[in-house]
Formats: sequence, C-alpha cells, structure tokens
Amino acid sequence: MKTESNLEKVLASGRFAVTAECGPPKGSDTAILMEKAKSLLGHIDAVNVTDNQTAIVRMSSIAACSILKNMGHEPILQMVTRDRNRIALQSDIFGAYALGISNVLCLTGDHQSFGNQKQAVGVFDLDSIQLLKTVKDMRDEEKIIGGESIQGAPKMFIGAAANPFADPVDWRVIRLAKKVNAGADFIQTQCIFNMDQFKKFMNQAVDMGLTEKTYILAGITPFKSVGMAKYMSDKVAGMDIPDELIRRMAGVPKEKQADEGIKIAVEFIQQFREIKGIAGIHVMAIEWEHKVPEILELAGLTSERQN
Amino acid sequence: MIVATLKEIDEIRKMIDRYDSVLVVGCDSCVAECAAGGARETMLLASALKLSYLKDHMNPTITEAVIDRQCVDDFIDQIADQVPEHDAILSLGCGAGVQALARVYSDKAIIPALNTLFIGETQSRGVWQENCLGCGSCKLGYFGAVCPVARCSKKLMNGPCGGSKGGRCEVNPEIPCGWDLIIRRLNALGELDRLTEYVPPVDWSTSHSGGPRKVVREDQQP
Repeated sequence: MKTESNLEKVLASGRFAVTAECGPPKGSDTAILMEKAKSLLGHIDAVNVTDNQTAIVRMSSIAACSILKNMGHEPILQMVTRDRNRIALQSDIFGAYALGISNVLCLTGDHQSFGNQKQAVGVFDLDSIQLLKTVKDMRDEEKIIGGESIQGAPKMFIGAAANPFADPVDWRVIRLAKKVNAGADFIQTQCIFNMDQFKKFMNQAVDMGLTEKTYILAGITPFKSVGMAKYMSDKVAGMDIPDELIRRMAGVPKEKQADEGIKIAVEFIQQFREIKGIAGIHVMAIEWEHKVPEILELAGLTSERQN
Repeated sequence: MIVATLKEIDEIRKMIDRYDSVLVVGCDSCVAECAAGGARETMLLASALKLSYLKDHMNPTITEAVIDRQCVDDFIDQIADQVPEHDAILSLGCGAGVQALARVYSDKAIIPALNTLFIGETQSRGVWQENCLGCGSCKLGYFGAVCPVARCSKKLMNGPCGGSKGGRCEVNPEIPCGWDLIIRRLNALGELDRLTEYVPPVDWSTSHSGGPRKVVREDQQP
C-alpha cells in the first residue's frame, strides 16, 4: 500500500469500487453541502469534491473535503491547475494531507471562459500531468519541484482524469499512458455515453498493459431529462452522446424521463462490469446526488461499504 | 510582427479632448502590415478625428506624421521639430512605440490609438494569427513548429486536453486546437515519438513572470 487511502484499500482488494461526485455550494452554507453528502454516506467508497467546476466560483474543494471527512466520508480532493500556480498547488497539497485528505485528482480544469469569472487570468503554470508528477514526487521522493526536501510527505493516493472521446481520438490512450507513467494510481473517466468507443479505448489500454498499472473507474452521469442530454451534448466540453441515447430519452413521456435516465445509467454500469480492466465506477449525478443510492441499488452495488 | 487594432474613436476622444493640438503619429512597420497604424490608417484616423470634432463644434489642431519605427530613436527623432508645436502625441504605434515616444519626448503627453494584441503572422489577407507569447525559451523544435504555449488556450505541455473536438478548442470553435495542429504536424513528419515523453514544468522565469525583460549586448553598443 502506498498510502492510507481507503479507496486504495478497496481497489487493491479487487472489489468493484464506487465513487461519486459532490459539488460544493456557491457560498459558505455548509448545510447544503452536508445535505448532499449525507445522501451518499455509506453507499460509496469515496467522494470526489469538485474544484470550482466549469470555472464557477464555489466553496473551496479543500474546505469541503474537510467537512465531508468529518462526516465520515473518504474525500477525493479535485485540484485544477487553472486557478493556482505551483506555489499554491504544492502548499494546498501539504495542507490537504495535514487535514487528513488522502486522495487527490489532478486536473487542468475547464477554461475560465466557461464560468462566471470570464475576465479572470488563467494560471496554467502546470498542466494536469505535471501536477500529477509533482504530487508523486512529493509523496515518493519527499521533494517539491526543484528538488528541495520537505518535512512530512503527503502520502496521497493520486488520480487523473481520462476522456476517451476527445479528439484526436487515436491520441487518447497515449495521453492515458502518459498519465499512468507520470504516476496515476487511479483514473476516473469522463462521463461515458458512447459505449462502443469506450470499449475500443479500454481494449487499447488493456493491450498496452495500462490496466495492470492503474485502476480505471468508468464515469457515469444519469440524465434527468432529454433536455439535459441535449444540453450536455451541445454545451459541455468533451462530451460524446450518441443520437440514439437522446432519441431514447425523447421517446418517453416527460414525467418518465428521469426514470429512463436512471435505467440507462444502470444498464451502462452493468456493461462496465463486463469490460476487462474496469476497476469501478465514478458517478457524477449533477445536482442529483440523492439519486445515487437508488442507482447503485438497481445496479446491484449495495454491498457493505466502509464509509 | 506585433499585431494591433485601432481603438474606438470615442475612447480616443476621451483621452485627447483636453488638448488643443495633437500630433497623430503612425508607425510604418508591424502595425502597417496589420493595417492598424501605418500611413494609410494614420491619415484615416486624423480625418475621422477632425470630422468628429467638427460635429461637436470643436477645432483642435490635428497634424499627421508617419515614421518607419516608433520603437527606435533614430526614427523617433524625425518628428522632433513637430513635437514642440503640439500639446500631445496620439501614437498609432504598438505599446512599445508609445512608451519609446514617452521616453524620448519626456515632457509630452503620449496617448495610444491602438490596442496592442500579440506577436503573430499574416495568415491570409485580413487575417492575423497569434503564435508567439515571447516566453523566452523557444521549444518549437520539440512540437513540430506549433507552439503549445501560444496556440493552446491552457498552455498545456502534455496535451491535448479533454476539450478538443474535431480539431477545435473548447474555448471557441473559431480557435483551432493547438495540440491537434502539433499532433498532425509531427505525424506528417514521422516524429510523433517526440510527444510520448513527459514534459516537466516550464521555467517561466525567462518569460514576463521573471519581471520586465531587457537584452543588453555590449558588442552592439557604441
């Protein structure tokens, strides 16, 4: 075991892992955050706390992680390189670990032009892979960028994201390999809607031996409505939603669409379990966190969870 | 070259209305190539200003002049005779030209008529593309002569990010994905192997992050 992370323990044991996303509120109201997190408690192995997702200002990920940890959750700190330079990032890693946060997901982040602070400077001092390597060197070599020694290494379980659908598509698995070689202990993928393309991506990853070196968690987002499916397809960066799925959502009456969205998610989860190299799932139920237990139950994933 | 665009007349007027006489000075190099501040644009701006003042029943003295480079003293000196006759200089030079004029004519108000944008190329007629950020440590040799610092919206060194779609950037479909261009170029050259290695964090101290930069060469000094 490289770390004290519970997520690492679960993955190392070979049990199909479940993580879910929890977005902090746009403000300091901890009640909203705790309400969301409460519905996930006991149903998942770890909870991802987003870092100003889509470049919208929210409660800091570290603060929210700490609150969730005190509730009994195992938090995964999402960190983007968009807003902080290497001084702030390394400092925050020290601080997060000192607060008992044992997992980090290293991301570049959506461009600031998507959010509500479009006039902001985009920092991008490091990219996601450089952040990943930086945290690994802090943990394993006990050194920060530049080679100086540190007092107390942050023993973090380190994750990265992968989007099997962005272009150039042939390049996606090479980028995954770069992340794995830089030290990604686990990978959480972008929301999967195009199963055929995802299977191709996974075949390549298995052939390259990447699934021997890292744990891949397949991303899933349930549609609440056909409107949401269309919106994600048109407006959200990096999405690949086949027309067939949008037609399926459109084919049921409005009041039944949420159920249909959940049904699709459950079917996808069942398919993920059959794909070689998939170690678990990552559920991103956006502003729908309370539905996660139902989805997991329908997918047969309600076995005893640590947290 | 340095690429710039002309400011709106209203904004220029706000800055120069307080002066009775303005010397409008063009620069016939970079900003002439990008059709923002050359001889032709200087004439057009001077005429537009005169017309604008006429409408408001104002009659400041507006004189035109054009020099080859506003960033080099030898050329800046060419307007030395005209400067004392005016209250201010309205410069159609880039930011460097404006500041060089201010250094040479230290007792004169110097007002910019342009917004200076970037180091770029004339990609086709009427199209100028940003392609250099002046980071001070050129890495184009590793990236198929497409700059990840200037051409990727997130300055990724180990890209592309997950937002690249159909060769377009997630920021705006009008922006070509820099990493798509890099991969295509290196693929065509048979040099994709350059991209499989991890690229460590950039040393930004050679860029503006290290503070305003200066090149001093004794062999070039008198």
